Amino acid sequence: MLDRLDYEAVGLISGLEVHQQLRTKHKLFCRCPAGLYTETHDGEVLRHMRPTLSELGEYDGTALMEFKTKKEIVYLLNHLNVCTYEMDDTPPFLVNQEAIDASIELCLMMNMDIIDEIHIARKQYLDGSIPTGFQRTAIIGVNGSLPFHGRDLTITHVSVEEDSCREVRDKGHQIVWRTDRLGMPLTETVTGPELRTPQEVRDAILLCGMTARSTQRVRTGIGASRQDVNVSVRGGDRVEIKGVPRAGYAVKLVHNEGIRQYNLLKLREELHRRGFTTRESIRVHPFDVSDICAGADLGFLRQAPSNGGKIFAVKVEGVAGLALHPTQPDTTFLDELSGRIRVIACLDEAPIVLSGALLPEFPGKHRMLERLRKRVRIKENDDYFIVFGPEEDCRTAADEIRLRFADATQGIPKETRQALVGGFTTFERILPGPDRMYPDTDSPPTPVTEARVATLRARLRPPPWERIERYMSWRVPEETCHYLIRRGGAEILDAVIEKTGVDGLVAAIAIGQHTRAMKRAGVPVERLGAGEWMQIFDLLTDGRIPRESIPVIAASVAKDGVSAEAAAAAAGVAMEPRERWLESVDRLTMDGYLAGKTDTPGKRLRFLTGRAVDQLLGKAPAKDVAEYLRQKLTEVPS
Amino acid sequence: MSAPETPISERSDCFQGYRGPARDALAKFSIGVWSEVEIVNDQGSAFVGVILPRSETADDQHVVIKLFNGYNVGIRADRIASAKETGYKKAVYKIPEKAFPFDPKKKSVTLLGTGGTIASRLDYRTGAVIPAFTPGELYGAVPELADIANLDTQKLFGVFSENMGPEQYKALAIAIGREIEKGVDGIVVGHGTDTMSHTGAILSFMVQNSPVPIVIVGSQRSSDRPSSDAALNLMNAVRTAAECEISEVMLCMFGPTSDNYDLLHRGTRCRKMHSSYRSTFRTIGATPLATVSRYPKVPGGSHFTYISQEILRRDKTRKPVINPSFEEKVTIQYYYPNFNPDIIDGLSAMGYRGMVIAGTGLGHVNKPIYPALKRAIQKGMTVVMTVQTLWGFAQMYVYDTGRDLLDLGIIPLDNMLIETAYMKLAWVLGQADDPTTIREMMTTPINHEIESREPHNGYLILQGGLPEVDAFVQKHWK
Ligand SMILES: [Zn+2]
Repeated sequence: MLDRLDYEAVGLISGLEVHQQLRTKHKLFCRCPAGLYTETHDGEVLRHMRPTLSELGEYDGTALMEFKTKKEIVYLLNHLNVCTYEMDDTPPFLVNQEAIDASIELCLMMNMDIIDEIHIARKQYLDGSIPTGFQRTAIIGVNGSLPFHGRDLTITHVSVEEDSCREVRDKGHQIVWRTDRLGMPLTETVTGPELRTPQEVRDAILLCGMTARSTQRVRTGIGASRQDVNVSVRGGDRVEIKGVPRAGYAVKLVHNEGIRQYNLLKLREELHRRGFTTRESIRVHPFDVSDICAGADLGFLRQAPSNGGKIFAVKVEGVAGLALHPTQPDTTFLDELSGRIRVIACLDEAPIVLSGALLPEFPGKHRMLERLRKRVRIKENDDYFIVFGPEEDCRTAADEIRLRFADATQGIPKETRQALVGGFTTFERILPGPDRMYPDTDSPPTPVTEARVATLRARLRPPPWERIERYMSWRVPEETCHYLIRRGGAEILDAVIEKTGVDGLVAAIAIGQHTRAMKRAGVPVERLGAGEWMQIFDLLTDGRIPRESIPVIAASVAKDGVSAEAAAAAAGVAMEPRERWLESVDRLTMDGYLAGKTDTPGKRLRFLTGRAVDQLLGKAPAKDVAEYLRQKLTEVPS
Repeated sequence: MSAPETPISERSDCFQGYRGPARDALAKFSIGVWSEVEIVNDQGSAFVGVILPRSETADDQHVVIKLFNGYNVGIRADRIASAKETGYKKAVYKIPEKAFPFDPKKKSVTLLGTGGTIASRLDYRTGAVIPAFTPGELYGAVPELADIANLDTQKLFGVFSENMGPEQYKALAIAIGREIEKGVDGIVVGHGTDTMSHTGAILSFMVQNSPVPIVIVGSQRSSDRPSSDAALNLMNAVRTAAECEISEVMLCMFGPTSDNYDLLHRGTRCRKMHSSYRSTFRTIGATPLATVSRYPKVPGGSHFTYISQEILRRDKTRKPVINPSFEEKVTIQYYYPNFNPDIIDGLSAMGYRGMVIAGTGLGHVNKPIYPALKRAIQKGMTVVMTVQTLWGFAQMYVYDTGRDLLDLGIIPLDNMLIETAYMKLAWVLGQADDPTTIREMMTTPINHEIESREPHNGYLILQGGLPEVDAFVQKHWK
């Protein structure tokens, strides 16, 4: 089964970890500016990460994996946005209270219970994404929920944490990070594992995003919010898809992960059928086959020895054919091996790993293949894998092949997978356990008083579901509601309705739909704030402009930076004040009546209305003119 | 989760750090520190985890729980609606020991512990650092050490760096003498960083003519952190003790903030110059002695790059001179405008025998304190002059004010560092009374505490922002 999946039948379950940057002046634990990105650097620092021993004197699984990679970690520094704190050369300053307030507001919007005393913890990351080797993080609220698809979606907890570095490149044993983003405050919203379809995952991401936006305390734009999606199927285990950039992408990613897990469970069945039921039952034998492959007419194999590297054939007993076991429409178990080898053994030259089963596809290599099979003493049920690069890395790769097959005997390894374009994922790291968290002894706890929570609750903006309900009652389309909330238009909308008394639907369409069209046309719509819209809607409610002219006027206000009144005049749509056009209508009725051109009141009304609307085009609202005439003529004795 | 075996009443210290309402709440629900609990608060939120000890400095309103997801939270005692103990597991602070391998081909190094934590493991529940010290523990924490030398360890005392004092200095000097006698190839002293250079200075006087290197080492980031400098410092220090040619008292700490190389600083010429930076130690008024790195520059080559030519070379046939003298009635007075002469009279009255003045500029203090200085010196106090500027010499003959001070009998110490001058004066006064002898000893350098010349690159303070310095830093300082 490669493209269709009955989610309910396979027991697909997802949960979210939504990361959202907060809009604060400074970073979370130092006084550096937050949100000041730079693409250049004026300093470099080199570090390594060393796992620390856990309570049992053993290394955490992820930590060990990351240590095995022996990466040289390089940080690019710019004095504009990084100080000695981020580089772990100065202890943390007291936690940024603006960020704590913003996090509390987000929690309150999700109906959460605020933690009485906030404690900073350290979460270890040895990939170098944070120079200290750990992320400082703290739970702010627990036990919340969001109204979702007619039920409650549990929000397990919200934490505030430091953002990490941006990766510049990762090649071989060196990884390079840019530090501008490092240390910016970020909230992590964790939902319960309650999402049952990829579509629900998408909708939940949208809802979380709208909720965060509604607080008016978060950053927007590229990278300001990222989500990790946890996926499992029945009988499988939690896999975290990291860095899903957009809600829409989640659908295919979750679907494909469901398929991957389903197929990995099938692979487990097959392994068990072949007698591989324990991790220990997988046996591998690495052989140095550089001499055999050296003469091969395959570019990648020839290059390895000339760069001082080796070519290894890693025999795995009894797994013939399994490397090509499909996992997703375009991937096989070989991709699982390849991901682990690339990340952990740092062998990243394509094709990374070859299966013996695939080698016959290289024509004219029979002699070499024959010698290879002989060297590794291959039996009918065995397979072997070719890796190439520095010898030490080849040996690490051999061990990773063993470990990945060992994991396959148990089912689905808990891991973090990086989201790729096209809805695919690739291995990123083994999923860390709670063992990698420990208290931050550098930071004192922060008590949160009831008074503080009450103050924050009082200034809380309306949550998205409340707005959606209100807007939809005016018959605003749901999609427009979402757009307004996501892009901040809802705040403007509520303000202008309150100030000008404009019709909700009219204003919502103008701000939520016309703006969007203008934006596509290249109009700088960000210049249209609440003040500008109020001017426009004041003209409308005073009857000075027709509704149809709003887009033209708004575009002119944004583009030319003029007042709404000037824009309306320039567009030739400014109407006369009501008193003035009433006079004109009155004059017309007199003329028409005296002219005696009409006999029945009905004809007279139609005739006069036609003339009035004609003469007052662009000076008075047609509807109001007609209404005025209708009332006026019924008063006149005939 | 294990079922509680010991009833709460029989557990020792089950309210560790808790006072007032928080303690009352624990008692009310029959739970305590290390209890595995399910707590539900007045809003129905459930917290499942382990009760942690409370810091003595924290308030008495909250109970701290480490949740099973790894986070910690504090729950206000008066909000706890119910709490149930489901298990109990006391923390065991123990590091797994592995036998340190012995290789007859490798040099032998002894690590003397003073209390600073170089290697450690972490208690994941409290964040507490548990020091690793025995060879076996160290091997468990930094297994790479076994590739460098055969290591033996001795814990002399367990004091924080700031509590090091005369008693510890003497004990350390004697222990070093004993190890040299045993024939080790080098000695490493584990030390907290705050007063590491003070110890470097005093050991330079108490242990002279050492046949082998004496290397003081510590860390600026504790070893419970993945980015710690501890393991690298320790490896480099052991390497220095085992293989370095320089047979002096040295400090071995990060050169740059990057994981690149350590600098070997002479014990008498070194100072901690940043409160938290990794490369906090700087040699002042001279260049460092050498660099030491984990990997040689070329495979099979030396791990050391020697910078200074004037060094005492390793020679196992040489006999050391161990002289653990120390006079405790010695002080440092840092001069500032409005310095009150009463301070000097007071110290003199209290029987202080020695005073190091950190003077302004070339070694100056203002006239109103001259009479007090004169009285103190006449009463027998030795007063020596150093410079607050750290770099440069006390040249008191340049201005009249300085000449007047010289006439009072103040001894200028050229470019001896303030703290080094303190250690030397205490050491000299611990063994001499006669003013002529004291002056002679103070002004005759033992190990470069006075440099006759300042090399052109002896005043190199890396300051960001200057193009030429930034270029230098990018090239050499990674
Ligand atoms: Zn900073």
